[in-house]
Amino acid sequence: MLRKALRLFSMTLLALPTLLLAQEEEVTQTTILNMPEGVSTVSQQVYGLHMLIFWVCVVIGVGVFGVMLWAMYFHRQSKGHKAENWHESVKVEIAWTVIPFFILAAMAWPATKVLIELYDTSEAEIDIRVTGSQWKWQYEYLGEDVRFLSQLATSQDHIYNLDDKGEFYLQEVDNPLVVPVNTKVRLLLNATDVIHSFWVPDFAIKKDAIPGYTTETWFEITETGIYRGACTELCGQGHAFMPVVVHVMEQDDYQFWLAEKKQEAAQLAAMMENVFTLEEHMARGEQVYTASCSVCHQLNGQGIPPAFPSLVDSAIPTGPIEEHLNVLVNGRQGTVMQAFGPLLNEIDLSAVITYTRNAWGIETGDVVQPIDVYNYKQGQ
Amino acid sequence: MAHGPAKGLSRWIFTTNHKDIGTLYLWFSFAMFILGGFFAMVIRAELFEPGMQLVRPEFFNQMTTLHGLVMVFGAIMPSFVGLANWMIPMMIGAPDMALPRMNNLSFWILPPAFLMLASTLFMEGGAPNFGWTFYAPLSTTYAPDSVNYFIFAIHIMGASSIMGSINIIATVLNMRAPGMTMMKMPLFVWTWLITAFLLIAVMPVLAGAVTMMLMDINFGTSFFDAAGGGDPVLFQHIFWFFGHPEVYIIILPAFGVISEIIPTFSRKPLFGYSSMVYATSAIAFLSFIVWAHHMFTVGMPIAGELYFMYATMLIAVPTGVKVFNWISTMFRGAISFETPMLFAIAFVILFTLGGFTGLMLSIAPSDIQYHDTYFVVAHFHYVMVAGAVFSMSAAVYYWLPKWCGRMYSEGMGKLHFWVSFIGFNITFFPQHFLGLGGMPRRYADYALQFADWNMVSSIGAFIYGASQILFLYNVIATIVAGKKVEDAKTWDGANGLEWTVPSPAPYHTFSTPPQLDNAKAH
Ligand code: HEC
Ligand code: HEM
Ligand SMILES: [Cu+2]
Ligand SMILES: [Cu+2]
Repeated sequence: MLRKALRLFSMTLLALPTLLLAQEEEVTQTTILNMPEGVSTVSQQVYGLHMLIFWVCVVIGVGVFGVMLWAMYFHRQSKGHKAENWHESVKVEIAWTVIPFFILAAMAWPATKVLIELYDTSEAEIDIRVTGSQWKWQYEYLGEDVRFLSQLATSQDHIYNLDDKGEFYLQEVDNPLVVPVNTKVRLLLNATDVIHSFWVPDFAIKKDAIPGYTTETWFEITETGIYRGACTELCGQGHAFMPVVVHVMEQDDYQFWLAEKKQEAAQLAAMMENVFTLEEHMARGEQVYTASCSVCHQLNGQGIPPAFPSLVDSAIPTGPIEEHLNVLVNGRQGTVMQAFGPLLNEIDLSAVITYTRNAWGIETGDVVQPIDVYNYKQGQ
Repeated sequence: MAHGPAKGLSRWIFTTNHKDIGTLYLWFSFAMFILGGFFAMVIRAELFEPGMQLVRPEFFNQMTTLHGLVMVFGAIMPSFVGLANWMIPMMIGAPDMALPRMNNLSFWILPPAFLMLASTLFMEGGAPNFGWTFYAPLSTTYAPDSVNYFIFAIHIMGASSIMGSINIIATVLNMRAPGMTMMKMPLFVWTWLITAFLLIAVMPVLAGAVTMMLMDINFGTSFFDAAGGGDPVLFQHIFWFFGHPEVYIIILPAFGVISEIIPTFSRKPLFGYSSMVYATSAIAFLSFIVWAHHMFTVGMPIAGELYFMYATMLIAVPTGVKVFNWISTMFRGAISFETPMLFAIAFVILFTLGGFTGLMLSIAPSDIQYHDTYFVVAHFHYVMVAGAVFSMSAAVYYWLPKWCGRMYSEGMGKLHFWVSFIGFNITFFPQHFLGLGGMPRRYADYALQFADWNMVSSIGAFIYGASQILFLYNVIATIVAGKKVEDAKTWDGANGLEWTVPSPAPYHTFSTPPQLDNAKAH
């Protein structure tokens, strides 16, 4: 590691004076230097704008620093240069005040055009509601009855260096957002707790998800593939751990996926009536717990007191079921223990409650059924 | 000139002498600089490699928050107030600041405020963890209990800044030596006068924001809580109405310092004095009407978005004027490269780079890509570290002989300069790439494609951090063992009243107003 560090260090020292040429330098395959050109209908324009301003700055910089270096070299005292005494020139001063206005106007014009396009969310073919909550995204396909959570799929072992990191470390999720190619998709963003921000660099979109607001943005992607993004607004300790992954498919594949999702939803609705055994619910509950609760309450249920209470020592799992349902469905107002009622379906909720009432040495024997959750929600 | 300083500790606690208070401010800000730097080292050590190694994400957020708060409010702002205390009376030929007792108070409330802020680290629930911009509702509904101490600390810092500003305004407007008209004042005095007005205008807005937070947290109001009908975006508007002028509060005095140093070592009068004054005023005015360029992604209506984009782009004009003026001052001068000049030249180059990225950020459609990434982190460190902090180093080397009557070692000064310059660029230049490549800011951990540049950046940070030990060594070595300077005027090219008093500057200067030599204005 030290050798790698030294190599990197010497590499940077060498690279610094030739930064503009650094693109040629082969550092490692993954080394990044510039914004991606992207794959949406506007991302290339945003990239073009970025490069335009960049080159304008480079040209001005070369001029300004050129004069400065010239003076530093030729007008040195050590070379015997004698100082002159002029310190004003109205003409020059007016020129370098006025000319920049024109340069700025020349940049503002294309920027305005791109911005207007970025803001045009009209005539979208698909509407998706994106809800940010600590620390996951929920995607709801409006009018399609499809709704699911999307969470980090990288395990804690990878994060805490107990296991080798995979290629998409911190950029992989359990359920990616899926959209068809060449279709205008509108996102309606919202948040349940704090502000989050939804960013996919390749789409050139970034929009804040704010509690109490609905913000909107749109994209139309021209190439199929998997694109990775991130949450960019500080949202608490899981901020770095709620990536965005978007799967862009051919129209047919998308329709197939959508049908499958709908079927899953229908199956789930049918299962609502089922009565689960303790074993079934313990297995399902463990999965739900690992995905949704373990970041805070930890896999062993011990939590990280005082920030996150232990569920093993808590009175809730051994107390009345009613109160347990209340904590999970409604959360605890004003704490990061959020309302899971709108996030998890009845089956998962009943499973995770059953699990936490029968794990880690707690043995209440209670099996909570989906219908209990349903009735509880209705009764409110 | 009746008496000298009191003896012992009471000299410092009860002092009303502008030089003593300036010294207190300067040492205090250096202590905060070290503390904030220590937090930064924790951040960079954690980011050295992907994966969580040293701290938990929760603690990482506390580090980024405290680093930002301590550096902005504890290191940079007080350092310039210290400089103002030392230099403004000497530059305008006044015996002291106009309101010396308030001066004492405005300093001595600062240490308790920062002690309180730092003590939150040891509280149950941890220190503030919501970033130095403390966006609601993360900083209200979801904040740790220590947020109340944070709010109190901010209130005290604000009160201190307002008192300091009133003092500077009163001093500059009333206590100039006869014949020193406004347009003959040194630029450092001008920039501080304008900064003081900015401070008085925006610190109450910040106080309002934290007071609303306090009410939301403790008294059941819902200013920023959507569930109660409040508005989280309102918080951002209020914060940035303070926050954008704040960044100019930080940089304007630095402009003043550079405008003193470059003419001295170019041995040529400052080019375009009056346009410098106008440009500074224009920047100050514009700083009030551009705040929402920090909010291009919150979903403002397009008209607002366009307005804030155009207004922000305009800042480039007066900023450009300043840079052109500095370079014209050097042009056809007789330049020499003592340590203060090296820092000043680095300031001009690196601040201009930060100005360029600022211009890029002002273009709303591309800012959507840059916003909240390391590109922004690179931008504001180029303007705040290479801007404000470098100018502070320049100022210390420039005036140290006047303050303590001893000369620093030029070799050691240059060593400090080169190590900081190289360390700084290794730290922050790669962050441009990280941001463009897609790494968001305030991330405790990151994907593998960001590993290389993060490691480079961390190495640079350790170098830059180490260079500050050199700085401390240089200052102390000069004070205790530096070569005595005999002349009142340390630098042959220097102008200004501070160079007419003996070195070290006596405890009381200009008890009788000086005679102004009219040919040597500014
Ligand atoms: C973001 C972190 C977080 C997540 C995720 C989370 N919790 Fe919590 N949970 C908390 C906190 C914090 C509290 C304490 C709230 C309070 O102060 O009353 C809490 C409280 C609880 C309590 C009440 C404990 C008591 O003694 O009062 C239960 C039960 C609980 N959580 C279960 C769950 C389950 C089940 C899940 C997964 C579906 C979950 N939590 C997910 C943070 C979290
Ligand atoms: C040419 C002049 C400048 C322009 C046009 C400019 C523009 C901007 C813009 C648009 C942003 C928002 C970026 C984003 O969050 O997406 C920003 C951020 C910032 N700028 Fe500048 N800037 C300029 C100079 C300065 C100066 C002189 C300072 C301070 C010394 C400064 C300090 C900051 C800071 C601290 C932030 C980040 C705040 C945060 O989010 O934490 N800028 N700048
Ligand atoms: Cu986030
Ligand atoms: Cu700003």
